[in-house]
Amino acid sequence: MLNPIKKALVAIALIAAGIAQAQTTEISFYYPVAVGGPITKFIDGFVADFQKENPGIKVNSIYSGTYQESLVKALTAHKSGTPPVTSVLLSTDMYTLIDDDAIVPFDGLASSAEDQAWLNSFYPAFMANSRTGGKTWGIPFQRSTIVLYWNKELFKEAGLDPNRPPANWKEMAEYAQKLTKRDANNTTQWGVQIPSTGFPYWLFQGLTTPNGVELMNAAGTETYFDNPAVIEALKYWVDLSRAQKVHPPGVVEWGTTPKDFFEKKVAMIVTTTGNLSNIKANAKFDFGVAMLPASKRRGSPTGGGNFYLFKKSTPQQQQAAFKFIKWITSPERAAQWGIDTGYVAVRPDAWNTPVMKKYIEGFPPAAVARDQLQYAVAELSTHENQRVTKALNDGLQAALTGAKTPEQAMKDAQAEAARILRPYKR
Amino acid sequence: MSIVVERSIPGRLLEAGGAWLLGLLWILPLAYAVWTAFHPPEFSTRFELFAPLTLQNFSNAWQAAPFARYFLNTFLLVSLILAAQLVIGTLAAYAFARFEFIGRDIAFMLVLVQLMIMPDVLIVENYRTMSVFGLVDSIPAIALPYMASAFGIFLLRQTFKTIPRELDEAARVEGATALQVLWMVYVPLAKPTYIAYGLVSVSYHWNNFLWPLIVTNSVTSRPLTVGLQVFSSGDQGVDWSIITAATLMTAAPLLIAFLLFQRQFVQSFMRAGIR
Amino acid sequence: MNRFSVHIHGWLLLLPAAVLLVLFTHYPVVATLYHSFFSTPRGSVPPVWVGLENYRQMIDDPVFWQALTNNLWFAVGTIPLSIALALLMAIWVNGKIQGRSFLRLAYFTPTVLPMIAVANIWLFFYTPQYGLLEQITGFLGWPSHNWLGSRDTALACLIAVAVWKEAGFFMIFYLAALQQIPPNLNEAGAIEGAGRWYFFRRITFPLLMPTTLFVLVNAVINAFRLIDHVVVMTRGGPDNTTSLLLYYVYEVGFKYWDSAYAAALTMVLLLGLALLAIAQFAFFERRTHYQ
Repeated sequence: MLNPIKKALVAIALIAAGIAQAQTTEISFYYPVAVGGPITKFIDGFVADFQKENPGIKVNSIYSGTYQESLVKALTAHKSGTPPVTSVLLSTDMYTLIDDDAIVPFDGLASSAEDQAWLNSFYPAFMANSRTGGKTWGIPFQRSTIVLYWNKELFKEAGLDPNRPPANWKEMAEYAQKLTKRDANNTTQWGVQIPSTGFPYWLFQGLTTPNGVELMNAAGTETYFDNPAVIEALKYWVDLSRAQKVHPPGVVEWGTTPKDFFEKKVAMIVTTTGNLSNIKANAKFDFGVAMLPASKRRGSPTGGGNFYLFKKSTPQQQQAAFKFIKWITSPERAAQWGIDTGYVAVRPDAWNTPVMKKYIEGFPPAAVARDQLQYAVAELSTHENQRVTKALNDGLQAALTGAKTPEQAMKDAQAEAARILRPYKR
Repeated sequence: MSIVVERSIPGRLLEAGGAWLLGLLWILPLAYAVWTAFHPPEFSTRFELFAPLTLQNFSNAWQAAPFARYFLNTFLLVSLILAAQLVIGTLAAYAFARFEFIGRDIAFMLVLVQLMIMPDVLIVENYRTMSVFGLVDSIPAIALPYMASAFGIFLLRQTFKTIPRELDEAARVEGATALQVLWMVYVPLAKPTYIAYGLVSVSYHWNNFLWPLIVTNSVTSRPLTVGLQVFSSGDQGVDWSIITAATLMTAAPLLIAFLLFQRQFVQSFMRAGIR
Repeated sequence: MNRFSVHIHGWLLLLPAAVLLVLFTHYPVVATLYHSFFSTPRGSVPPVWVGLENYRQMIDDPVFWQALTNNLWFAVGTIPLSIALALLMAIWVNGKIQGRSFLRLAYFTPTVLPMIAVANIWLFFYTPQYGLLEQITGFLGWPSHNWLGSRDTALACLIAVAVWKEAGFFMIFYLAALQQIPPNLNEAGAIEGAGRWYFFRRITFPLLMPTTLFVLVNAVINAFRLIDHVVVMTRGGPDNTTSLLLYYVYEVGFKYWDSAYAAALTMVLLLGLALLAIAQFAFFERRTHYQ
């Protein structure tokens, strides 16, 4: 019931839109950060530079909140609506995205030898969460790993060498004992703290990896939660808390862990490298950053987000997005991004750029994450990822709150994970 | 209430003490927000009388998100919802209170369904509907599921039922139509209910979070609460200084409105009571 | 007006509300029920009819039973307490009391502060060692406690936050109702020398009955609907001890992407609420009389 003039106008608008589309390729880009944070400025800057160099491509960056919200948004849009052309989402969401048939691998687009070389230019530890079944589904971008932060002042007070972090589990327990202060009926300062809300499984991998065991197979169809080395790692954690009483009891909140450190309520914390700039800005004392203490070996899981390409977009859009991803992960930009945000630059050559070298000279702790990468393994990621990690999280929390023994907790978690993964084992 | 029933002095003291204890407990989160927002971060967990004051947290929070735009969005959203709820709710409540039409009781039961099943529970299906309509990422998309409010219909129906039928009949005898009767008799007499309901609706939607979060993508449609969760616990841990500053900015309009108009609210209730 | 036009008028007045309600409440409910009998579509695999399979899975799911139990305790903990406190607060700020304006503001704060922000503030109150609660208990010389991190206190902590929110909200309804009680009733009571408690029990409380029942309906619903604070404060932990039904639905639906199982869980939630509400409504219609 539009009148003829309106109809004509609509037609003109449609034609105009068609012409515009022929000239520029528009790609939507979900980025998992809340609108307005400092990181949006860096992304906006990158996008503007890219568009200047590539006038035929328009990038619409959409700041979609946390990782969880971004995944919700991207998948809901994939099921009923228009998904983004590309998005940065958790590397561990890879199987979820594949199972939902939402993404395409990069191999089809990376046809030239140069592109193939680019695919191999990233740290293998990061690619472990980006490849499966011989295909590359994600490109590392906003990645992190777990490190130990320690308060040098409190080390001095306790008679420890302030410049020597614990190198292994035995030392960590001994140091923690010395660093724990108690009065008549309370502990006023804890030796060490590993948070256990949010994603306890990830921090737990900071114990299982040094203990020489991985939690899942590369196909993401099997878990090893009841492996004796895994149980041993959990026992170590639970003992710090329940037997030696040098780690706060119960489940420890992730969100307040940096604050606990600033308040000198704990001398050593184990948390993400993503916290480096926060701690640098807010700690009113001298602190150090170290690799995680070793048990049988060094080790940590990687974490953070990858670029993915969504299936429901035109080949032209996928090409444009591919170009953008290649552009933004170049060594110089990866280096700049790492310096600006505190995330780990994702490729070795980024660490050799002049700007990065200068940065590390001024702030050596930034290099700890890089040095640890050679020992790093993939973050726990399987089919039905959230469900499987929840089974492990529940087990960890049950053991830490004393509801189950470490053996029982891990046996139960393994049984649950095996039940969830049964359909995926062929 | 002007006359207070006699009671003993110790009893009165006990009651005042209890009232104040609860009052202090209830205002504690707000008091903490004020303290932390106006002091540097190192005092967010320490309460010293002479801690230095600062506005830095507000400027940090203001810079970290486009609050001006969020305020506008929230204002538009809340106005849209309230206006629609009042009109639609009044019409429906009037029908339920005074018209004995076929299927009224069943229809009323069906309306009450929404009292139990708030749109918050049905986000997946409602998102699907919004994308069919092409409304995703717009303020109407946030508002639509809430526009017909069982809560409002229920409340107004109750009020309308207490209004004597004689008034209604008298107006009809003088030749007023149904809508005129509604407008001239029912609406004025239900004013306290409208005020109370308006208060509840505005504060609910000013603070609503889950559905706006899901159905919006961009700064142009997101309300304050979604902007606020920027500061909630993420990779960096909780920063109470900025959260409290942002919270105070978000809640300020409602708090100020309450302080300014509380007497009017109360008086309008009083007038209704004396009726 | 003739009988026919009464029907027409009634339905016309109802029409806008009816259209919106059907579109955004009734249709989604039916669609949810429908989807609960199918499997979750995965990628290119379309949903298939599985009958009661999702419900069978639910019966075997320990987390579902725990969330249900938690939710019942949550309801038991929040509903009576928040209604009683709301009534008490309303009576206090309705009468003559020292600092009435301050008290009104204080009781009113939960209604103006967004839950998502308040939950972060409560998180601080419960933080071990330097949190507000710990500063107080530490001052009193009590041992330190990890309030949100232990299974025996986490749910109680969330109940306290919900009571804080709910009582402040319900207080407004009681206050509005108290204001509508004609003052001459009070005068009559005073003249007859009725005791305060007696007066409350025999006159005020019965007059507040419609409000009480209305508030009760809302309290029951909110006990099954309020999850903002769970999301911010505990995410259902430790080990599911604070997982509530709707939170579990959210987890299954938006974290596991198992929309079919989420639909089945939602149906249980809806069914429970429906039964409760129908029972309350029947009671309500019988007990309150209008002229």
